[in-house]
Amino acid sequence: MRFLRRAWEWFDARTDASNVIGPILRHRVPPRTGWMYVFGSATLFVFLIQIFTGIALATAYVSSAGQAYESLQWITHQAFLGHLLRGMHYFGASAMVLLVGIHMIRTFLTGSYKFPRELNWVIGVILLGLTILMGFTGQLLRWDQNGVWSTVVAAEQAGRVPWIGPWLARLILGGQTVGGATLSRFFAYHVFFIPALIFAMVALHLGLVLRHGISEKPSASHPVDPKTYRAWYEGMLQREGVPFWPDAAWRDVVFGVFVVACVVWLAWHFGAPELTTPPDPTIIQAYPRPDWYLLWYFAVLAQLPHGSETYVIVGAPILAGICLVILPLVFNRGQRSPSRRPWAVASIVIIVMSVGVLWYRGVKSPWSPDFNARPISPAIAVTPTPAVIEGAHLFSVKGCEYCHSIEGLGGHRGPDLTMVNDRLTEEQITLRILNGAHNMPAFASSLKPPEVTALVAFLTARKK
Amino acid sequence: MSESPERRNLLSKISIALGCAGAALIGVPVAGFLLAPLFESVARKWRSVGAVGQFANGKTVEVKFEDPSPVAWAGITGQTGAWLRREPTGEFVAFAVNCTHLGCPVRWLADAELFMCPCHGGVYYKDGTVAAGPPPRPLFKYPVRVQNGQVQILASPTPIT
Repeated sequence: MRFLRRAWEWFDARTDASNVIGPILRHRVPPRTGWMYVFGSATLFVFLIQIFTGIALATAYVSSAGQAYESLQWITHQAFLGHLLRGMHYFGASAMVLLVGIHMIRTFLTGSYKFPRELNWVIGVILLGLTILMGFTGQLLRWDQNGVWSTVVAAEQAGRVPWIGPWLARLILGGQTVGGATLSRFFAYHVFFIPALIFAMVALHLGLVLRHGISEKPSASHPVDPKTYRAWYEGMLQREGVPFWPDAAWRDVVFGVFVVACVVWLAWHFGAPELTTPPDPTIIQAYPRPDWYLLWYFAVLAQLPHGSETYVIVGAPILAGICLVILPLVFNRGQRSPSRRPWAVASIVIIVMSVGVLWYRGVKSPWSPDFNARPISPAIAVTPTPAVIEGAHLFSVKGCEYCHSIEGLGGHRGPDLTMVNDRLTEEQITLRILNGAHNMPAFASSLKPPEVTALVAFLTARKK
Repeated sequence: MSESPERRNLLSKISIALGCAGAALIGVPVAGFLLAPLFESVARKWRSVGAVGQFANGKTVEVKFEDPSPVAWAGITGQTGAWLRREPTGEFVAFAVNCTHLGCPVRWLADAELFMCPCHGGVYYKDGTVAAGPPPRPLFKYPVRVQNGQVQILASPTPIT
């Protein structure tokens, strides 16, 4: 022990480490901040998981378009602890997105972005964007079929940007098609470029937290006035401030370790997500979906009014970014307490509910034809005449049931046709089939007259 | 001598200018390397996808061919699929598999004679025109020709809407 102490003293005398770290640990923070202030540090704890598991995975992952899939299969199914490690990286990514979101909502609700912490909010917005980019590039690195098609979808979205769109798309693909150059680029973005930016931004974020101190618990009787805030805050710290370590830090440690334990448990219990089919662009039977945290955006893209897409795909992220960045610049003073900021609370409720609804729609994706629909059995024909039975068969093989359901079987792209004859006459049904309708193909050229007759017979039998 | 403000001012300016020059010496080659895909000329190559007799009139089938300029380590990702339709009259049309909405691979449903996209519900008729859903334009077509009894498709860059 004495040797260790001597060694430390020798080291400290030459680095002055205790005088650098000590004041940071003991700096005074506002009292009674409670459990609401633990989400930022928990994000940092999870980021540590991502760094360490990511470095470990990088020792075995082969960032070659032709071999990445096999190397990941090896990591997942053969490498010692590989399954757990990939799981930790996957659930860690989910936890990052979730915690960054909660941290941001908390900062917004308690008005902590107001003077003098405006810039820290802006840096937080940049970190949110970088976290999402990490999630997306990480999903691509799985380099299964889903990864390949997600890359194409990303390139297509970038391609919608006016003027420079095609260039952006080409830079995303790393060339003119998905291929060898694509994956190694995304690997470099995921493990070098974006992490370097994150490190820089986290350093700034934490540096500014130390510079301005964490915001005190909001109180309706203390609106922020930029002229007097700093002096008041200093005085408050002198009067009632407590040392960060351990008075406030213990909660960060308890919650942070709890989150880490949750991630490890999830990884151990559920493991890494299985890869889909290999990254062969000629396998058409694909079902590309983003990971859960972007499913709500996937739903947005499916439900936009025709013609508005380019504006939304290009404009919405820019507009959202601008709104988030100017928020603290415009509203930098006044009330911080949520009880006095009903619009702030309402906007969070609206945003969370909208994303929740969109997310649910994204999971269900009723706009997609359901290729796995179980065939409609002729047995559900109400009146089993030969024409009706033939119609039920055609309803299945001609693809009607990918989009329409009858008695719970089939897709949900179009209206449920269980009782269609209660709404539409025989003539109307015939016209719909032959001419199509809004969002329905016309089948006049692909159905023979007896087939139309049989289908119509099957459908007109569907009534109360 | 060294205390003169003019000299300090000059030394500062020279140092900053030199620093910028050094940054450019590193940055320009790096930026050039990263932006290289923008300067590549567009690669197009005719690829055979099968003998003419293999394809029945009035049918649409998937064909596979190699990208125009695949790198050695591309593996299976150096392949591209396309939908090749032989019209009842015997002519060939090749459609890119990419939905014009956001690029997902469309499936050919032979009985319904429709292409359907699994992502956001885009639907196309057998001639590639939009039947329903969000796609803003018909399916992209690759040039096709018949050479020495072989059907050939002009392998081209991934179509971006």
